Amino acid sequence: MVDAILFLLFAAIAVVCAINLVVQTHPISSALSLVGVMGALALIYLQLGGEFIAAAQLIVYAGAIMVLFIFVIMLLNAGKERKLPRRLWVTYAGVPLLAGFIGVAAFVIERMLPPSPGAKFGAMTHGNPQEIGRSLFQVYLLPFEVTSVLILIAILGAVVLASKEVE
Amino acid sequence: MNFFIVSLIKSALVAFVLLTALAYIQWVERKVLAHIQLRVGPRRVGPHGLLQPLADVIKLLTKEDILPSHVNKFFYFLAPFIAVMFALISIAVIPFGTEIKIGSFSTPMQLTDLNIGVLFILGLSGIGVYGVALAGWASNNKYALIGGLRSSAQMISYELPMAMAIAAPLLMLNSLSFRELVDGQGGFFLGFIPRWSIFQLPFPQIVSFLIFLIAAFAETNRVPFDLPEAENELVAGFHVEYGSMKFAAFFMAEYANMVTVSCVAALLFLGGWQPLWPVEYGSGFVPTIIFGIAGLICFSHALNPARPFDRITLPVFGVVFLGIAGIFLIPIAATILLPLFWFLAKVGIILFIYIWIRGTLPRFRYDQLMNFAWTVLFPLAIINLFVTALTVALTSK
Repeated sequence: MVDAILFLLFAAIAVVCAINLVVQTHPISSALSLVGVMGALALIYLQLGGEFIAAAQLIVYAGAIMVLFIFVIMLLNAGKERKLPRRLWVTYAGVPLLAGFIGVAAFVIERMLPPSPGAKFGAMTHGNPQEIGRSLFQVYLLPFEVTSVLILIAILGAVVLASKEVE
Repeated sequence: MNFFIVSLIKSALVAFVLLTALAYIQWVERKVLAHIQLRVGPRRVGPHGLLQPLADVIKLLTKEDILPSHVNKFFYFLAPFIAVMFALISIAVIPFGTEIKIGSFSTPMQLTDLNIGVLFILGLSGIGVYGVALAGWASNNKYALIGGLRSSAQMISYELPMAMAIAAPLLMLNSLSFRELVDGQGGFFLGFIPRWSIFQLPFPQIVSFLIFLIAAFAETNRVPFDLPEAENELVAGFHVEYGSMKFAAFFMAEYANMVTVSCVAALLFLGGWQPLWPVEYGSGFVPTIIFGIAGLICFSHALNPARPFDRITLPVFGVVFLGIAGIFLIPIAATILLPLFWFLAKVGIILFIYIWIRGTLPRFRYDQLMNFAWTVLFPLAIINLFVTALTVALTSK
């Protein structure tokens, strides 16, 4: 019962923050809404039993990546977005059309996927750091290492693109 | 139901002690700094200025709360809230001692023992950056903005060597829960060298302890890394537009972060509540001897007072110190209080080093700060982690 209430609370926070992210005109407000989404997601992971994933979500996404986003926005001193006046039909038909589209998409996806037994709170028993470490470095060692090499290549590419031309 | 009541009592106790300690760390800091600089420090309010923190709190509470007209209101109010909230939450996973046993009832001296305790602290310290960065931005003031920018860049840079330095002792102790980490550091080599991480085989973690301390200074924006609030270039940096309780919130967050970081250093590297030498050689009598000597010093000074009121205040302190010394001799109290004493002594020493360094070192320049993080500290932390991993892999079965 408490689990369900907490889940609804965090899910509501995530959805409200996500909507706010799109609605806000100032980049800093949008970025902070994204932080809110990340935080709420981390809490939901924690509820499901994925402690390590929750901590990683908090440290990596909310703590590191989003701080860099905010840093860049502050450094560039990006101002408010300019809003163009909307057409009449966009104003009135936009929200119903969006809701309809999401409904259809959800229906189709639900039909395509195999029926699931339903999620349970705290059902994930392999969420502790030891288990995750074991599977990352034993079972999935090759994909894990290949991913890290891929990220290294991306970093090198970024450095090359950003650096000035050297004779 | 029992669990809820015990948790409530413990939370209230920890919150009360923590908030009082925060106020008094500031008093200690002012006193120590004053004596380093050959001044006497606060001594008007109460004996030796002991009521100064209370006076400061009342002053900050009753000050007019000014709202500058050019700020972004929402974020201006949100920033001190974020800073102080995430700084205070971290204390929840810090264990202070073994456990309290009264009859059949026992409870650990810790609010909650997470199996990801170390990661929890790292995550919260990462989120705490938003408080400073947002304060700088929302103030709409160029000095505040520069302070906020510096602070976010500095905290991101120093988080990496700090995490690397933490990872090395974790490799040897094989856990992420603070309680298990401290238990793993119990016992002695050759009967007298404590198995703390900084002495632990196969690879003593002295280097990573030093890296952690340096990075922690930068993470908490303390001298010599206090560039976000460099008074002589940025007025007061990110909190220049804040007054009254909102300023107090930032202040409290800084000190709470200091306490958390000192606790983590004591738990990860200095063996938490494990004593410096075995009980067989009398480590259990250390607090009694220390407090006893303190009490006797108070009495000897009271016989020959330098100021008239010392004749009254010093005997009072003498009796208090002797009383504490007596409590440590009662076996039941000692089993609970001895671990607490060792833990608090280690935390206190690290906090003193914080203040000591503030009185000793000048501030870094910004490029020196960044250079130091990326070209010295970070490679050193990686090498240390690598060597530790290698030795652990070679020695473990």
